[in-house]
Amino acid sequence: MLIKNRPLSPHLQVYRPQLTSVLSITHRGTGMFLAFSSPVLVYWLWAIAAGADTYASAQALFGSSFVRVILFFWSYSLFYHLCNGIRHLTWDMGIGLDIATLYKSGWWMVAISFALTVATWVIGYVTRGGSG
Amino acid sequence: MSLRTPLGRAVGLGSAKEGVSHWWWQRVTSVALIPLSLWFVFSLASLVGADYQTVVDWIRSPIIAALLIMFVISTFYHAQLGVQVVIEDYIHTEWLKMASSLALSFITAFLTLVAVVLVLRVALGG
Repeated sequence: MLIKNRPLSPHLQVYRPQLTSVLSITHRGTGMFLAFSSPVLVYWLWAIAAGADTYASAQALFGSSFVRVILFFWSYSLFYHLCNGIRHLTWDMGIGLDIATLYKSGWWMVAISFALTVATWVIGYVTRGGSG
Repeated sequence: MSLRTPLGRAVGLGSAKEGVSHWWWQRVTSVALIPLSLWFVFSLASLVGADYQTVVDWIRSPIIAALLIMFVISTFYHAQLGVQVVIEDYIHTEWLKMASSLALSFITAFLTLVAVVLVLRVALGG
C-alpha cells in the first residue's frame, strides 16, 4: 500500500443504477442495519428478565410513534434481507442466474418482502385490538 | 514431517487459510434463519398487546426457549460473518481492519452470551 489515492474501479458514481445493482446494494445496507440494530434484541430480553416494570417501560418505548416508524423499517429490512437471501441461496445452487430471471425474481422479492411486512403489522394491530 | 503434498495442503484453503468455512457458515446460519426469523417476527407481532405474564409464560415453554436461543445464536453469528466482509471490503488500513474485526468478534460473542443467559433466566426463573 505505498501508493495512496489510486483511482478505484469501476467508478460507481458514473454507473446508471440497475435493478440488479440497487437490490444488491440494498441487501448489504439492510444487513448492516439489521446487524447494528441486533443489540435491541438483547435489550428486549433484558427487559423481560428484569421484571414487569422494566418490561412495561420497554413496551412504552417500542410503542412510541418514533420507535414504531424505526420498527417498521426494521421489519421491512428483515423481510427484504430474508427474501433476497433466499435468492442468493438459489444462485449458490446455480439457479436463476440469467438476466431475465434475475429481474423477475428481483421484483417478486420486493413485492413479497413488502407483503410480509404488511402482514406482520396487520397482525400486530389486530392483536392490539386496533387501539393504536 | 508431514507426508501431505504441498498441493494437498493448499487445496480448498485459500489465502486466509480457512477454506470455505466463512462462506459455508454464512449459508448454514442463513438457512437456519429463514424459519427462525419468520417465526420470531410473527411471534413478536402476536405479542404486541400481551401483558408481562403472557410473555414470560411464552418463554418458559422449553420449545420456545430453545427456538429463541437458536435464533439468537444464528442471528449474531450471521451478523458477525456479514459485518466481517463489510470491514474487509471498506477498511484498508491494516491495524484498523484488524481492530474492527476483533471488536466485532468480541461484541457479537458477548451479545450472544448475554442473550442466551437472559433467555435461560426467564425460562428457568422461579
